[in-house]
Amino acid sequence: MKKQLIALLALFVALAALPLLAQTFNEPFYITLVGRMVIFAIAVASLNLLIGFGGMVSFGHALFIGLGAYAVGGLSFYDINNGWLQVGLAIALCAVVGLITGAIVLRTTGIAFIMITLAFAQMFYFLMVSLKQFGGDDGLPLSQRSDFGVFTLNTDASIYYAALGLLILVLLATYKLVHSRFGMVLRGAKANPVRMAALGFPVLRYQLAAYVMAAAVCGVSGVLLANLAKFSSPSYLAWSVSGELIVMVVLGGLLWRGSMVAMVASPLIGTLAFLIVEEVLKASTEHWPLILGVLIVMGVLASGFKPNKTEAKAAP
Amino acid sequence: MSPLLRTENLVKRYSGLLATDDVSLSLAHGQIHALIGPNGAGKTTLIKQLAGELRPDSGHVYLGDTEITALPTEDRARMGLARSYQITSIFHGFTVLENVMLAVQAQQGHSFRFWKSVHSDKRLTESAMVAIERVGLAAKAHIVVDAMAHGEHRQIELAMVLAAQPRVLLLDEPMAGMSQAESEAMTTLLGSLKPDYGMLLIEHDMQAVFALADTVSVLVYGKVLMHGTPAQVKNDPAVREAYLGEE
Repeated sequence: MKKQLIALLALFVALAALPLLAQTFNEPFYITLVGRMVIFAIAVASLNLLIGFGGMVSFGHALFIGLGAYAVGGLSFYDINNGWLQVGLAIALCAVVGLITGAIVLRTTGIAFIMITLAFAQMFYFLMVSLKQFGGDDGLPLSQRSDFGVFTLNTDASIYYAALGLLILVLLATYKLVHSRFGMVLRGAKANPVRMAALGFPVLRYQLAAYVMAAAVCGVSGVLLANLAKFSSPSYLAWSVSGELIVMVVLGGLLWRGSMVAMVASPLIGTLAFLIVEEVLKASTEHWPLILGVLIVMGVLASGFKPNKTEAKAAP
Repeated sequence: MSPLLRTENLVKRYSGLLATDDVSLSLAHGQIHALIGPNGAGKTTLIKQLAGELRPDSGHVYLGDTEITALPTEDRARMGLARSYQITSIFHGFTVLENVMLAVQAQQGHSFRFWKSVHSDKRLTESAMVAIERVGLAAKAHIVVDAMAHGEHRQIELAMVLAAQPRVLLLDEPMAGMSQAESEAMTTLLGSLKPDYGMLLIEHDMQAVFALADTVSVLVYGKVLMHGTPAQVKNDPAVREAYLGEE
Protein backbone atom coordinates (compact mmCIF):
# COMPACT_ATOMS: atom_id res chain seq x y z
CA MET A 1 0.00 0.00 0.00
CA LYS A 2 2.88 2.35 0.85
CA LYS A 3 4.54 1.68 -2.52
CA GLN A 4 1.25 2.30 -4.28
CA LEU A 5 0.81 5.58 -2.45
CA ILE A 6 4.32 6.70 -3.49
CA ALA A 7 3.66 5.68 -7.09
CA LEU A 8 0.42 7.64 -7.03
CA LEU A 9 2.10 10.75 -5.62
CA ALA A 10 4.82 10.49 -8.29
CA LEU A 11 2.13 10.28 -10.96
CA PHE A 12 0.42 13.39 -9.63
CA VAL A 13 3.73 15.28 -9.54
CA ALA A 14 4.31 14.28 -13.17
CA LEU A 15 0.79 15.37 -14.11
CA ALA A 16 1.25 18.69 -12.32
CA ALA A 17 4.56 19.30 -14.12
CA LEU A 18 3.24 18.41 -17.55
CA PRO A 19 1.83 21.81 -18.62
CA LEU A 20 5.11 23.51 -17.63
CA LEU A 21 7.11 21.03 -19.65
CA ALA A 22 4.73 21.31 -22.59
CA GLN A 23 5.13 25.08 -22.60
CA THR A 24 8.90 24.87 -22.21
CA PHE A 25 9.19 22.56 -25.19
CA ASN A 26 6.55 24.53 -27.06
CA GLU A 27 4.16 21.60 -27.44
CA PRO A 28 0.93 23.09 -25.97
CA PHE A 29 -1.01 20.36 -27.72
CA TYR A 30 -0.12 18.00 -24.86
CA ILE A 31 -1.93 20.21 -22.34
CA THR A 32 -5.25 19.69 -24.14
CA LEU A 33 -4.51 16.03 -24.76
CA VAL A 34 -3.67 15.09 -21.17
CA GLY A 35 -6.18 17.62 -19.82
CA ARG A 36 -8.91 15.65 -21.56
CA MET A 37 -7.59 12.48 -19.91
CA VAL A 38 -7.65 14.08 -16.47
CA ILE A 39 -11.22 15.26 -17.06
CA PHE A 40 -12.25 11.76 -18.11
CA ALA A 41 -10.53 10.38 -15.02
CA ILE A 42 -12.96 12.43 -12.91
CA ALA A 43 -15.94 10.90 -14.73
CA VAL A 44 -14.40 7.42 -14.44
CA ALA A 45 -13.72 7.96 -10.71
CA SER A 46 -17.40 8.79 -10.20
CA LEU A 47 -18.43 5.66 -12.10
CA ASN A 48 -15.94 3.63 -10.07
CA LEU A 49 -17.91 4.53 -6.94
CA LEU A 50 -20.94 2.86 -8.52
CA ILE A 51 -19.27 -0.11 -10.20
CA GLY A 52 -16.17 -0.73 -8.11
CA PHE A 53 -17.65 -0.11 -4.70
CA GLY A 54 -21.40 -0.37 -5.20
CA GLY A 55 -21.63 -3.15 -7.80
CA MET A 56 -23.98 -0.97 -9.86
CA VAL A 57 -22.87 -1.37 -13.47
CA SER A 58 -24.28 1.74 -15.11
CA PHE A 59 -24.13 1.71 -18.90
CA GLY A 60 -25.41 5.26 -19.10
CA HIS A 61 -22.97 7.32 -17.11
CA ALA A 62 -22.01 9.49 -20.10
CA LEU A 63 -25.48 11.00 -19.70
CA PHE A 64 -24.10 13.10 -16.85
CA ILE A 65 -21.04 14.24 -18.80
CA GLY A 66 -23.51 15.47 -21.40
CA LEU A 67 -25.78 17.22 -18.89
CA GLY A 68 -22.75 18.98 -17.40
CA ALA A 69 -21.51 20.03 -20.82
CA TYR A 70 -24.92 21.35 -21.87
CA ALA A 71 -25.31 23.21 -18.57
CA VAL A 72 -22.28 25.24 -19.70
CA GLY A 73 -23.31 25.35 -23.36
CA GLY A 74 -26.92 26.23 -22.61
CA LEU A 75 -26.12 29.06 -20.18
CA SER A 76 -23.35 30.33 -22.44
CA PHE A 77 -25.88 30.36 -25.28
CA TYR A 78 -27.89 32.87 -23.23
CA ASP A 79 -24.68 34.81 -22.47
CA ILE A 80 -24.42 33.61 -18.89
CA ASN A 81 -20.75 32.76 -18.45
CA ASN A 82 -20.54 32.78 -14.67
CA GLY A 83 -18.76 29.52 -13.88
CA TRP A 84 -20.36 29.12 -10.46
CA LEU A 85 -23.82 29.35 -11.98
CA GLN A 86 -22.82 26.88 -14.69
CA VAL A 87 -21.35 24.38 -12.22
CA GLY A 88 -24.34 24.90 -9.93
CA LEU A 89 -26.74 24.18 -12.77
CA ALA A 90 -24.72 21.15 -13.86
CA ILE A 91 -24.75 19.68 -10.36
CA ALA A 92 -28.45 20.47 -9.85
CA LEU A 93 -29.42 18.99 -13.23
CA CYS A 94 -27.37 15.84 -12.70
CA ALA A 95 -28.62 15.40 -9.14
CA VAL A 96 -32.26 15.72 -10.17
CA VAL A 97 -31.93 13.50 -13.25
CA GLY A 98 -29.81 11.08 -11.19
CA LEU A 99 -32.42 11.00 -8.44
CA ILE A 100 -35.32 10.35 -10.79
CA THR A 101 -33.63 7.85 -13.09
CA GLY A 102 -31.78 6.26 -10.14
CA ALA A 103 -35.02 5.68 -8.26
CA ILE A 104 -36.23 3.72 -11.30
CA VAL A 105 -33.10 1.85 -12.39
CA LEU A 106 -32.14 0.77 -8.86
CA ARG A 107 -35.31 -1.27 -8.63
CA THR A 108 -33.79 -3.58 -11.19
CA THR A 109 -30.66 -5.70 -10.96
CA GLY A 110 -28.15 -7.40 -13.25
CA ILE A 111 -28.70 -7.09 -16.98
CA ALA A 112 -31.93 -5.12 -16.55
CA PHE A 113 -30.01 -2.49 -14.58
CA ILE A 114 -27.43 -2.20 -17.35
CA MET A 115 -30.06 -1.93 -20.07
CA ILE A 116 -32.25 0.64 -18.32
CA THR A 117 -29.31 2.92 -17.52
CA LEU A 118 -28.42 2.68 -21.22
CA ALA A 119 -32.01 3.47 -22.20
CA PHE A 120 -32.10 6.64 -20.10
CA ALA A 121 -28.79 7.84 -21.53
CA GLN A 122 -30.06 7.21 -25.06
CA MET A 123 -33.26 9.15 -24.31
CA PHE A 124 -31.23 12.21 -23.39
CA TYR A 125 -28.89 11.67 -26.34
CA PHE A 126 -31.78 11.87 -28.78
CA LEU A 127 -33.26 14.77 -26.85
CA MET A 128 -30.06 16.77 -27.34
CA VAL A 129 -29.84 15.75 -31.00
CA SER A 130 -33.39 17.01 -31.54
CA LEU A 131 -32.93 20.34 -29.73
CA LYS A 132 -32.25 22.47 -32.80
CA GLN A 133 -31.82 25.72 -30.81
CA PHE A 134 -28.81 24.09 -29.07
CA GLY A 135 -27.34 23.01 -32.40
CA GLY A 136 -28.93 19.58 -32.63
CA ASP A 137 -26.44 16.96 -33.68
CA ASP A 138 -23.97 19.65 -34.77
CA GLY A 139 -23.46 20.57 -31.14
CA LEU A 140 -23.17 23.95 -29.51
CA PRO A 141 -19.98 26.05 -29.60
CA LEU A 142 -19.18 28.08 -26.48
CA SER A 143 -18.89 31.79 -27.11
CA GLN A 144 -16.69 32.11 -24.05
CA ARG A 145 -15.22 29.84 -21.40
CA SER A 146 -16.53 29.79 -17.81
CA ASP A 147 -15.68 32.76 -15.63
CA PHE A 148 -15.35 32.00 -11.93
CA GLY A 149 -14.59 35.58 -10.87
CA VAL A 150 -11.48 34.77 -8.84
CA PHE A 151 -10.17 32.76 -11.77
CA THR A 152 -11.18 32.05 -15.34
CA LEU A 153 -10.75 28.98 -17.44
CA ASN A 154 -9.56 31.03 -20.38
CA THR A 155 -6.37 29.06 -20.97
CA ASP A 156 -5.98 25.35 -21.55
CA ALA A 157 -3.52 25.21 -18.66
CA SER A 158 -6.06 26.75 -16.25
CA ILE A 159 -8.61 24.10 -17.22
CA TYR A 160 -5.94 21.46 -16.86
CA TYR A 161 -5.09 22.52 -13.32
CA ALA A 162 -8.74 22.93 -12.35
CA ALA A 163 -9.36 19.36 -13.55
CA LEU A 164 -6.28 18.00 -11.78
CA GLY A 165 -7.24 19.73 -8.54
CA LEU A 166 -10.79 18.43 -8.78
CA LEU A 167 -9.58 14.91 -9.54
CA ILE A 168 -7.42 14.91 -6.42
CA LEU A 169 -10.36 16.18 -4.36
CA VAL A 170 -12.68 13.53 -5.81
CA LEU A 171 -10.20 10.71 -5.11
CA LEU A 172 -9.59 11.91 -1.55
CA ALA A 173 -13.33 12.23 -0.91
CA THR A 174 -13.92 8.77 -2.39
CA TYR A 175 -11.25 7.33 -0.12
CA LYS A 176 -12.95 8.87 2.92
CA LEU A 177 -16.40 7.88 1.71
CA VAL A 178 -15.72 4.19 1.16
CA HIS A 179 -14.36 3.89 4.71
CA SER A 180 -17.33 5.66 6.27
CA ARG A 181 -20.53 4.07 7.51
CA PHE A 182 -22.16 5.05 4.25
CA GLY A 183 -19.37 3.42 2.26
CA MET A 184 -19.59 0.24 4.29
CA VAL A 185 -23.29 -0.04 3.47
CA LEU A 186 -22.55 0.52 -0.21
CA ARG A 187 -19.78 -2.08 -0.30
CA GLY A 188 -21.78 -4.51 1.85
CA ALA A 189 -24.64 -4.26 -0.62
CA LYS A 190 -22.27 -5.17 -3.42
CA ALA A 191 -20.83 -8.14 -1.54
CA ASN A 192 -24.08 -9.56 -0.19
CA PRO A 193 -27.29 -7.61 -0.78
CA VAL A 194 -29.49 -10.31 0.74
CA ARG A 195 -27.63 -10.26 4.02
CA MET A 196 -27.68 -6.46 4.10
CA ALA A 197 -31.47 -6.52 3.89
CA ALA A 198 -31.62 -9.22 6.56
CA LEU A 199 -29.49 -7.03 8.84
CA GLY A 200 -32.15 -4.37 8.41
CA PHE A 201 -30.40 -1.91 6.06
CA PRO A 202 -32.75 -0.14 3.63
CA VAL A 203 -30.10 -0.65 0.95
CA LEU A 204 -31.91 1.11 -1.89
CA ARG A 205 -31.75 4.60 -0.40
CA TYR A 206 -28.00 4.33 0.17
CA GLN A 207 -27.47 3.16 -3.39
CA LEU A 208 -29.64 5.99 -4.64
CA ALA A 209 -27.61 8.53 -2.66
CA ALA A 210 -24.41 7.13 -4.19
CA TYR A 211 -25.98 7.26 -7.64
CA VAL A 212 -26.86 10.93 -7.19
CA MET A 213 -23.37 11.76 -5.90
CA ALA A 214 -21.71 9.99 -8.82
CA ALA A 215 -24.02 11.81 -11.23
CA ALA A 216 -23.18 15.22 -9.76
CA VAL A 217 -19.41 14.63 -9.83
CA CYS A 218 -19.64 13.35 -13.39
CA GLY A 219 -21.60 16.48 -14.31
CA VAL A 220 -18.71 18.67 -13.20
CA SER A 221 -16.37 16.70 -15.47
CA GLY A 222 -18.79 17.56 -18.29
CA VAL A 223 -18.47 21.25 -17.40
CA LEU A 224 -14.70 20.99 -17.74
CA LEU A 225 -14.90 18.99 -20.94
CA ALA A 226 -17.14 21.59 -22.59
CA ASN A 227 -14.71 24.31 -21.50
CA LEU A 228 -11.69 22.45 -22.84
CA ALA A 229 -13.30 21.83 -26.22
CA LYS A 230 -15.19 25.17 -26.19
CA PHE A 231 -18.01 22.99 -27.42
CA SER A 232 -20.96 20.94 -26.16
CA SER A 233 -21.86 18.01 -28.32
CA PRO A 234 -24.47 15.24 -28.15
CA SER A 235 -21.61 12.85 -28.86
CA TYR A 236 -20.49 13.35 -25.23
CA LEU A 237 -23.49 11.32 -24.15
CA ALA A 238 -23.34 8.68 -26.85
CA TRP A 239 -23.65 5.10 -25.65
CA SER A 240 -20.11 4.40 -26.84
CA VAL A 241 -18.79 6.94 -24.33
CA SER A 242 -20.70 5.17 -21.53
CA GLY A 243 -19.14 1.93 -22.70
CA GLU A 244 -15.65 3.42 -22.73
CA LEU A 245 -16.17 4.71 -19.19
CA ILE A 246 -16.95 1.15 -18.06
CA VAL A 247 -13.89 -0.17 -19.88
CA MET A 248 -11.72 2.43 -18.15
CA VAL A 249 -13.13 1.49 -14.72
CA VAL A 250 -12.58 -2.21 -15.35
CA LEU A 251 -9.15 -1.69 -16.90
CA GLY A 252 -8.09 0.43 -13.93
CA GLY A 253 -9.34 -2.21 -11.53
CA LEU A 254 -7.35 -4.89 -13.35
CA LEU A 255 -4.16 -2.84 -13.64
CA TRP A 256 -4.14 -1.52 -10.13
CA ARG A 257 -5.50 -3.41 -7.17
CA GLY A 258 -4.50 -4.94 -3.89
CA SER A 259 -5.27 -2.07 -1.53
CA MET A 260 -7.93 0.52 -0.91
CA VAL A 261 -5.58 3.23 -2.22
CA ALA A 262 -5.26 1.31 -5.48
CA MET A 263 -9.00 0.66 -5.71
CA VAL A 264 -9.81 4.32 -5.20
CA ALA A 265 -7.14 5.65 -7.56
CA SER A 266 -7.45 2.94 -10.22
CA PRO A 267 -9.79 5.07 -12.39
CA LEU A 268 -6.88 7.42 -13.13
CA ILE A 269 -4.69 4.49 -14.19
CA GLY A 270 -7.45 2.94 -16.28
CA THR A 271 -8.26 6.23 -17.98
CA LEU A 272 -4.64 7.06 -18.80
CA ALA A 273 -3.96 3.55 -20.07
CA PHE A 274 -7.04 3.49 -22.28
CA LEU A 275 -6.77 6.99 -23.71
CA ILE A 276 -2.99 6.89 -24.27
CA VAL A 277 -3.26 3.60 -26.16
CA GLU A 278 -6.17 5.05 -28.12
CA GLU A 279 -4.14 8.14 -29.07
CA VAL A 280 -1.11 6.10 -30.10
CA LEU A 281 -3.22 3.80 -32.26
CA LYS A 282 -5.15 6.71 -33.78
CA ALA A 283 -1.89 8.27 -34.90
CA SER A 284 -0.73 5.12 -36.63
CA THR A 285 -3.78 3.58 -38.32
CA GLU A 286 -7.36 4.40 -39.17
CA HIS A 287 -8.36 0.89 -38.12
CA TRP A 288 -7.45 1.73 -34.54
CA PRO A 289 -10.72 0.58 -32.91
CA LEU A 290 -10.08 -2.95 -34.15
CA ILE A 291 -6.61 -3.07 -32.63
CA LEU A 292 -7.79 -1.39 -29.44
CA GLY A 293 -10.49 -4.03 -29.03
CA VAL A 294 -8.01 -6.85 -29.45
CA LEU A 295 -5.62 -5.18 -26.99
CA ILE A 296 -8.35 -4.83 -24.36
CA VAL A 297 -9.34 -8.48 -24.65
CA MET A 298 -5.69 -9.55 -24.45
CA GLY A 299 -5.08 -7.25 -21.51
CA VAL A 300 -8.05 -8.63 -19.60
CA LEU A 301 -7.00 -12.22 -20.27
CA ALA A 302 -3.37 -11.52 -19.37
CA SER A 303 -4.34 -9.95 -16.05
CA GLY A 304 -5.81 -13.28 -14.94
CA PHE A 305 -9.30 -11.85 -14.69
CA LYS A 306 -11.73 -14.18 -13.02
CA PRO A 307 -15.41 -13.37 -13.31
CA ASN A 308 -16.54 -12.39 -9.85
CA LYS A 309 -20.01 -13.47 -8.91
CA THR A 310 -20.55 -10.24 -6.99
CA GLU A 311 -19.32 -8.05 -9.85
CA ALA A 312 -22.73 -7.19 -11.19
CA LYS A 313 -25.40 -5.88 -8.89
CA ALA A 314 -26.48 -9.35 -7.78
CA ALA A 315 -30.12 -10.32 -7.72
CA PRO A 316 -31.65 -10.38 -4.23
CA MET B 1 -39.93 -16.88 36.04
CA SER B 2 -42.00 -16.30 32.93
CA PRO B 3 -40.55 -17.78 29.77
CA LEU B 4 -38.58 -15.58 27.36
CA LEU B 5 -40.30 -16.91 24.27
CA ARG B 6 -43.54 -18.83 24.10
CA THR B 7 -45.87 -20.09 21.41
CA GLU B 8 -49.49 -21.07 21.90
CA ASN B 9 -51.26 -23.46 19.54
CA LEU B 10 -49.36 -22.30 16.47
CA VAL B 11 -50.82 -23.51 13.16
CA LYS B 12 -49.47 -22.98 9.65
CA ARG B 13 -51.11 -24.53 6.61
CA TYR B 14 -49.84 -24.80 3.04
CA SER B 15 -52.87 -25.63 0.87
CA GLY B 16 -54.09 -28.47 3.02
CA LEU B 17 -50.68 -29.57 4.27
CA LEU B 18 -50.22 -28.86 7.95
CA ALA B 19 -46.66 -27.56 8.22
CA THR B 20 -47.12 -26.51 11.82
CA ASP B 21 -49.78 -28.38 13.74
CA ASP B 22 -50.84 -26.91 17.06
CA VAL B 23 -47.35 -26.25 18.41
CA SER B 24 -46.93 -24.86 21.91
CA LEU B 25 -43.37 -24.32 23.08
CA SER B 26 -41.65 -22.26 25.70
CA LEU B 27 -38.08 -21.16 26.18
CA ALA B 28 -36.49 -19.78 29.36
CA HIS B 29 -33.46 -17.57 29.90
CA GLY B 30 -30.29 -19.57 30.29
CA GLN B 31 -31.78 -22.57 28.56
CA ILE B 32 -31.33 -24.34 25.27
CA HIS B 33 -34.46 -25.82 23.79
CA ALA B 34 -33.65 -28.14 20.91
CA LEU B 35 -36.02 -28.86 18.07
CA ILE B 36 -35.36 -32.12 16.28
CA GLY B 37 -37.21 -34.07 13.66
CA PRO B 38 -36.77 -35.57 10.21
CA ASN B 39 -36.39 -33.42 7.10
CA GLY B 40 -39.67 -31.79 6.17
CA ALA B 41 -40.99 -31.95 9.73
CA GLY B 42 -41.54 -28.20 9.70
CA LYS B 43 -38.65 -27.05 11.86
CA THR B 44 -37.59 -24.17 9.66
CA THR B 45 -41.24 -23.24 9.04
CA LEU B 46 -41.65 -22.94 12.79
CA ILE B 47 -38.52 -20.81 13.25
CA LYS B 48 -39.69 -18.53 10.44
CA GLN B 49 -42.92 -17.91 12.31
CA LEU B 50 -40.98 -17.10 15.44
CA ALA B 51 -38.66 -14.72 13.57
CA GLY B 52 -41.56 -13.06 11.76
CA GLU B 53 -40.71 -14.21 8.25
CA LEU B 54 -43.96 -16.20 8.09
CA ARG B 55 -47.33 -15.37 9.59
CA PRO B 56 -49.08 -18.27 11.35
CA ASP B 57 -52.67 -19.07 10.35
CA SER B 58 -53.65 -19.22 13.99
CA GLY B 59 -52.08 -19.27 17.42
CA HIS B 60 -49.88 -16.79 19.27
CA VAL B 61 -46.22 -15.96 19.79
CA TYR B 62 -45.07 -14.10 22.90
CA LEU B 63 -41.72 -12.52 23.62
CA GLY B 64 -41.68 -12.14 27.40
CA ASP B 65 -45.19 -10.87 28.12
CA THR B 66 -45.60 -9.08 24.79
CA GLU B 67 -47.52 -10.68 21.99
CA ILE B 68 -45.46 -10.45 18.79
CA THR B 69 -47.54 -12.69 16.50
CA ALA B 70 -48.23 -9.87 14.05
CA LEU B 71 -44.97 -7.93 14.30
CA PRO B 72 -42.56 -7.75 11.35
CA THR B 73 -39.03 -9.17 11.56
CA GLU B 74 -37.30 -5.82 12.17
CA ASP B 75 -39.45 -5.05 15.21
CA ARG B 76 -38.80 -8.48 16.67
CA ALA B 77 -35.09 -8.07 16.04
CA ARG B 78 -35.16 -4.74 17.85
CA MET B 79 -36.93 -6.43 20.78
CA GLY B 80 -34.09 -8.90 21.10
CA LEU B 81 -35.02 -11.81 18.89
CA ALA B 82 -32.15 -12.83 16.62
CA ARG B 83 -31.96 -15.58 14.05
CA SER B 84 -29.08 -17.34 12.35
CA TYR B 85 -29.43 -18.98 8.98
CA GLN B 86 -28.87 -22.52 7.79
CA ILE B 87 -26.74 -21.28 4.91
CA THR B 88 -23.72 -19.19 5.79
CA SER B 89 -24.22 -15.67 4.55
CA ILE B 90 -21.35 -13.36 5.34
CA PHE B 91 -19.58 -10.54 3.51
CA HIS B 92 -16.72 -11.76 1.36
CA GLY B 93 -13.78 -9.44 0.81
CA PHE B 94 -14.22 -7.98 4.29
CA THR B 95 -12.38 -8.78 7.51
CA VAL B 96 -14.05 -10.56 10.42
CA LEU B 97 -14.21 -7.25 12.26
CA GLU B 98 -15.80 -5.46 9.29
CA ASN B 99 -18.41 -8.21 8.96
CA VAL B 100 -19.45 -7.90 12.57
CA MET B 101 -19.20 -4.09 12.48
CA LEU B 102 -21.81 -4.09 9.72
CA ALA B 103 -24.13 -6.03 12.00
CA VAL B 104 -23.48 -3.51 14.78
CA GLN B 105 -23.95 -0.60 12.39
CA ALA B 106 -27.37 -1.94 11.41
CA GLN B 107 -28.42 -1.47 15.04
CA GLN B 108 -27.28 2.13 15.34
CA GLY B 109 -29.72 4.14 13.25
CA HIS B 110 -29.14 5.51 9.78
CA SER B 111 -25.80 5.24 8.00
CA PHE B 112 -25.80 8.55 6.16
CA ARG B 113 -22.41 9.37 7.65
CA PHE B 114 -19.95 10.07 4.91
CA TRP B 115 -16.70 11.13 6.48
CA LYS B 116 -15.59 9.36 9.65
CA SER B 117 -13.83 6.06 9.07
CA VAL B 118 -15.63 3.10 10.61
CA HIS B 119 -12.28 1.78 11.79
CA SER B 120 -11.83 4.73 14.13
CA ASP B 121 -15.46 4.65 15.24
CA LYS B 122 -15.33 3.19 18.75
CA ARG B 123 -19.08 2.73 18.91
CA LEU B 124 -18.70 0.19 16.10
CA THR B 125 -15.35 -1.42 16.80
CA GLU B 126 -15.82 -1.97 20.52
CA SER B 127 -19.25 -3.61 20.30
CA ALA B 128 -18.04 -5.72 17.39
CA MET B 129 -14.94 -6.86 19.26
CA VAL B 130 -17.07 -7.94 22.24
CA ALA B 131 -19.11 -10.20 19.97
CA ILE B 132 -15.99 -11.49 18.21
CA GLU B 133 -14.36 -12.33 21.53
CA ARG B 134 -17.46 -14.21 22.63
CA VAL B 135 -17.22 -16.54 19.64
CA GLY B 136 -13.46 -16.95 20.12
CA LEU B 137 -12.20 -15.22 16.98
CA ALA B 138 -10.46 -12.24 18.59
CA ALA B 139 -7.06 -13.32 17.28
CA LYS B 140 -8.39 -13.39 13.73
CA ALA B 141 -10.41 -10.19 13.80
CA HIS B 142 -8.34 -8.53 11.08
CA ILE B 143 -8.22 -11.45 8.68
CA VAL B 144 -10.26 -11.29 5.48
CA VAL B 145 -13.01 -13.90 5.78
CA ASP B 146 -12.36 -15.44 2.35
CA ALA B 147 -9.19 -17.00 3.75
CA MET B 148 -10.99 -18.76 6.59
CA ALA B 149 -12.55 -22.19 7.05
CA HIS B 150 -16.25 -23.00 6.93
CA GLY B 151 -16.43 -23.60 10.67
CA GLU B 152 -14.99 -20.16 11.30
CA HIS B 153 -17.54 -18.65 8.92
CA ARG B 154 -20.24 -20.12 11.13
CA GLN B 155 -18.56 -18.50 14.12
CA ILE B 156 -18.56 -15.14 12.31
CA GLU B 157 -22.22 -15.65 11.51
CA LEU B 158 -22.87 -16.23 15.20
CA ALA B 159 -20.87 -13.13 16.15
CA MET B 160 -23.05 -11.11 13.76
CA VAL B 161 -26.14 -12.47 15.49
CA LEU B 162 -24.71 -11.63 18.92
CA ALA B 163 -23.79 -8.14 17.75
CA ALA B 164 -27.49 -7.31 17.65
CA GLN B 165 -27.46 -7.81 21.45
CA PRO B 166 -30.36 -10.23 21.45
CA ARG B 167 -32.02 -12.01 24.37
CA VAL B 168 -33.29 -14.91 22.33
CA LEU B 169 -31.28 -16.78 19.70
CA LEU B 170 -33.02 -18.83 17.04
CA LEU B 171 -30.27 -21.05 15.66
CA ASP B 172 -31.09 -22.90 12.46
CA GLU B 173 -28.58 -25.74 12.11
CA PRO B 174 -25.46 -23.93 13.34
CA MET B 175 -23.41 -27.11 12.85
CA ALA B 176 -24.50 -27.70 9.25
CA GLY B 177 -21.60 -28.79 7.05
CA MET B 178 -19.08 -28.75 9.89
CA SER B 179 -16.33 -31.27 10.47
CA GLN B 180 -16.42 -33.31 13.66
CA ALA B 181 -13.84 -31.06 15.32
CA GLU B 182 -15.59 -27.85 14.22
CA SER B 183 -18.88 -29.20 15.45
CA GLU B 184 -17.39 -29.98 18.85
CA ALA B 185 -15.89 -26.51 19.07
CA MET B 186 -19.26 -24.96 18.20
CA THR B 187 -20.93 -27.11 20.87
CA THR B 188 -18.49 -25.79 23.48
CA LEU B 189 -19.08 -22.26 22.23
CA LEU B 190 -22.88 -22.51 22.41
CA GLY B 191 -22.52 -24.02 25.87
CA SER B 192 -20.50 -21.00 26.97
CA LEU B 193 -23.14 -18.60 25.62
CA LYS B 194 -26.00 -20.48 27.23
CA PRO B 195 -26.15 -18.62 30.59
CA ASP B 196 -26.76 -15.26 28.89
CA TYR B 197 -29.43 -16.12 26.35
CA GLY B 198 -32.44 -18.24 25.68
CA MET B 199 -31.72 -20.43 22.65
CA LEU B 200 -33.90 -22.39 20.32
CA LEU B 201 -31.69 -24.83 18.48
CA ILE B 202 -32.53 -26.74 15.33
CA GLU B 203 -29.85 -29.31 14.74
CA HIS B 204 -29.30 -32.66 13.11
CA ASP B 205 -26.11 -33.36 15.02
CA MET B 206 -27.58 -35.46 17.85
CA GLN B 207 -24.34 -35.46 19.82
CA ALA B 208 -24.52 -31.68 19.99
CA VAL B 209 -28.24 -31.68 20.79
CA PHE B 210 -27.91 -34.13 23.63
CA ALA B 211 -24.86 -32.34 25.03
CA LEU B 212 -26.43 -28.89 24.97
CA ALA B 213 -30.20 -29.06 25.33
CA ASP B 214 -32.17 -28.75 28.53
CA THR B 215 -35.36 -29.70 26.75
CA VAL B 216 -35.94 -31.36 23.43
CA SER B 217 -39.07 -31.23 21.31
CA VAL B 218 -39.49 -33.78 18.59
CA LEU B 219 -41.37 -32.51 15.57
CA VAL B 220 -42.91 -34.92 13.08
CA TYR B 221 -45.23 -33.77 10.28
CA GLY B 222 -45.53 -30.36 11.94
CA LYS B 223 -46.73 -31.84 15.19
CA VAL B 224 -44.87 -32.08 18.47
CA LEU B 225 -44.45 -35.80 19.04
CA MET B 226 -43.02 -35.26 22.52
CA HIS B 227 -41.26 -32.82 24.86
CA GLY B 228 -38.70 -34.01 27.34
CA THR B 229 -35.18 -34.02 28.63
CA PRO B 230 -32.53 -35.39 26.28
CA ALA B 231 -32.48 -38.64 28.23
CA GLN B 232 -36.26 -39.07 27.99
CA VAL B 233 -36.25 -38.37 24.29
CA LYS B 234 -33.34 -40.68 23.60
CA ASN B 235 -35.11 -43.59 25.25
CA ASP B 236 -38.60 -42.99 23.94
CA PRO B 237 -39.61 -45.85 21.62
CA ALA B 238 -41.90 -43.67 19.48
CA VAL B 239 -39.10 -41.19 18.88
CA ARG B 240 -36.63 -43.91 18.06
CA GLU B 241 -39.01 -45.26 15.49
CA ALA B 242 -39.93 -41.89 13.98
CA TYR B 243 -36.56 -40.30 13.87
CA LEU B 244 -33.52 -41.66 15.57
CA GLY B 245 -33.66 -44.94 13.70
CA GLU B 246 -33.85 -48.34 15.32
CA GLU B 247 -30.77 -50.50 15.10
